Amino acid sequence: MLGLNIFADLISGTILFAIPLLLVALGGMTSERSGTINIALEGIMIVGALAGCLFLRAVNTSLNGTIPNNPQLIMLAAILVAALAGGIFSLLLAFASINLKADQTIGGTALNMLAPAFAIVLAWAIQGQGQTTIYIPSWIAIRPENFGLIASATPGFWETVIFKSFYLTTPIALLILIVTTIVYNKTRFGLRLRSCGEHPQAADSLGINVYKMRYIGVLISGIFAGIGGLAFTVAAGSGFQSDVAGYGFLGLAVMIFGNWKPIRIFFAALFFALFKTLSGLASSIPFLPDFTGVANSQYIYLMLPYIVTMIVLALTSKSSRAPKAEGIPYDKGLR
Amino acid sequence: MKNNFWNGLGGWFKKTAQNIGRWFKSLFVSMDDKEPKLRTLIKKDSFIAVLSSLTSILIGVLFGFVLLLILNPGHALGGLGAMLTTGLSNPVSFANVLYSSTPLIMTGLAVGFAFRTGLFDIGAPGQYLMGAFFALYGAIILSLPWWVCLLLAMLGGAIMGAIPGIFKALLNVNEVITCIMFNWIGLFVVNLSISNIPPMLQSYYGSVQADRTVKLITVNESALIPRWGLDTLFGSNYMNIGFILAVLIAVVIFILLNKTTFGYELKACGFNKNSAKYAGINEKKSIILSMIIAGALAGIGGGFYYLSGVSQYQIAKVLQGVGFNGIPVALLASSNPIGIIFSALFVSYITVGGNAMQPEFAKEVIDIIISVIIYLSAFSLLFRNIIKKKIAERIEKKELKYQLKTPTSVGDEGHGVLPSEQEKEG
Repeated sequence: MLGLNIFADLISGTILFAIPLLLVALGGMTSERSGTINIALEGIMIVGALAGCLFLRAVNTSLNGTIPNNPQLIMLAAILVAALAGGIFSLLLAFASINLKADQTIGGTALNMLAPAFAIVLAWAIQGQGQTTIYIPSWIAIRPENFGLIASATPGFWETVIFKSFYLTTPIALLILIVTTIVYNKTRFGLRLRSCGEHPQAADSLGINVYKMRYIGVLISGIFAGIGGLAFTVAAGSGFQSDVAGYGFLGLAVMIFGNWKPIRIFFAALFFALFKTLSGLASSIPFLPDFTGVANSQYIYLMLPYIVTMIVLALTSKSSRAPKAEGIPYDKGLR
Repeated sequence: MKNNFWNGLGGWFKKTAQNIGRWFKSLFVSMDDKEPKLRTLIKKDSFIAVLSSLTSILIGVLFGFVLLLILNPGHALGGLGAMLTTGLSNPVSFANVLYSSTPLIMTGLAVGFAFRTGLFDIGAPGQYLMGAFFALYGAIILSLPWWVCLLLAMLGGAIMGAIPGIFKALLNVNEVITCIMFNWIGLFVVNLSISNIPPMLQSYYGSVQADRTVKLITVNESALIPRWGLDTLFGSNYMNIGFILAVLIAVVIFILLNKTTFGYELKACGFNKNSAKYAGINEKKSIILSMIIAGALAGIGGGFYYLSGVSQYQIAKVLQGVGFNGIPVALLASSNPIGIIFSALFVSYITVGGNAMQPEFAKEVIDIIISVIIYLSAFSLLFRNIIKKKIAERIEKKELKYQLKTPTSVGDEGHGVLPSEQEKEG
């Protein structure tokens, strides 16, 4: 019975941490498929999380400790705020790399540095000196009560899997996954977006506005990463602390692992999240080595997804296909 | 005899004075059929690069000031003053600036060196960490003297640098991804190693702190970088010869990149891999070597920081900023090794200033300013072109004026204003 419960914990934790990775990797994919390397995902996540958490905090303060009537509507609004903030912030990258033809990695690095600093400075300005953590209210979680069920005192397997950590970000991310997959593979827009990342000159010659497509690509990646930032903060559980623990960079790895394809990215995200969750639970899972005698053994499990990614990259580098024109600013005058 | 001596000396003085005078004149006036030297200077790319960096810095600082005004108008001016003057206000702060600029020079050199050879070394944080770990292992466990520890640090960084190089050269995996992955792998490996070598920890020596390494002074004094009296000079034990060594290394890298065939080969590979290959350069070897050198530089940075004896390595779940800050340092200096010394000094100067801005402002204001500066330097090419154009326009205007005033040839009627006047007088 105990083993089953841990298994449920493992599944729920995996889903919880896969969601931000999935969103961010899908965002990175959209951007890179349109031809812009988005290394700023980490920064965009932070800005999205900052905006979403500030919104939740403002609502919670105005409620004075009472639980709102429709918490999920407020959560939806927070997600939209995070998406909007991420989108706007990503425009900075789009402007530098598309209009000014600047080096995309350098522009992205600047934004990665700007975001956490901005978050800390703003948190100080709003909450007072030295208070950098923005706490999020607990009523944003979806409980069994929301579906007319009654929470049991000792939750069983399915209740743990579904309701232990269930937030609105999860269904929204899955929805985004489905929509993105369809748009990518089945619509004219998806084909055009991809063509701008493969051969922008050819796309341009067929009347596609490459600049516009790339702007849209970066904007969508900003929106996804913004929501991803909020999803991460919700998953981490201890409030917003001006960082997302490298999940933006991890998202890039997930994207490459998933070979720039939505469904594969989904599985790659699950894989990474599984190891992240394992690192916390390893000691209580009987059939896993728990490295007794090794101090801080959680680092072994934390390291594994990175090592496995590198092995996979090394083995598949021949078949791994990055968009051909990514990272190269589009210049109409060039042939 | 005596007279002769004085005459000779007088002549020498006169000649030197004349030479100096001529040199000054040659700055502004064209001599020996050469254009004025200042004009040659402002046309140079390096001058324009410096000017565009200074413009970025100026805009960044102005942006920071506006931010301070918005956040806390009452203290904005004081905050700006603290930011810009603290570093020079007393010897102790200045020692602090030099101390924290030392690892920055090294990580800046790592990133800059890789840039020059066409690679983006975002793995500097991991290489820096591994260097720090190797140095500390040598110092605490092996009881080695400081310079051997520095060599070990170099080795640690070089190993971390070699990995992305090998992945890129042999397996065609983008070095940015490998670097990002190995930053984290490096962090976890170092954390795991340090926590499992008890004698490295402070807690082994009777302290409660199990999350940091032991102070070097208690276990191995010979591992401390010598101070040569600089500590008494500045009144701060942050000072040692690390800064001087870092400057020397920067000079060596400058010579390596600009004056040697080896450096030329590495640069050629970064510029165009295929043409370098065609010219008979082993491009795979070059990529791996570039990354090894870059990693070694960052690794030494980690050694410099922790062998100073004032900082203990603390086990943390996030990567340190020093490695990442190498990126802005290199960008600000357009990857010129000598320029990197100054940009590292600048970044560490305003960081020390930023700490003095607390508690009215979060010290992260500095990070915002630096990131604005990098954002601007991302399109420095645009800046450079504007500045180049402005200078060219200016020079053209002046030349036009010059030509109008002085007749170059009598036959040239369009510009010949003076000949007609001469005729009148005649």
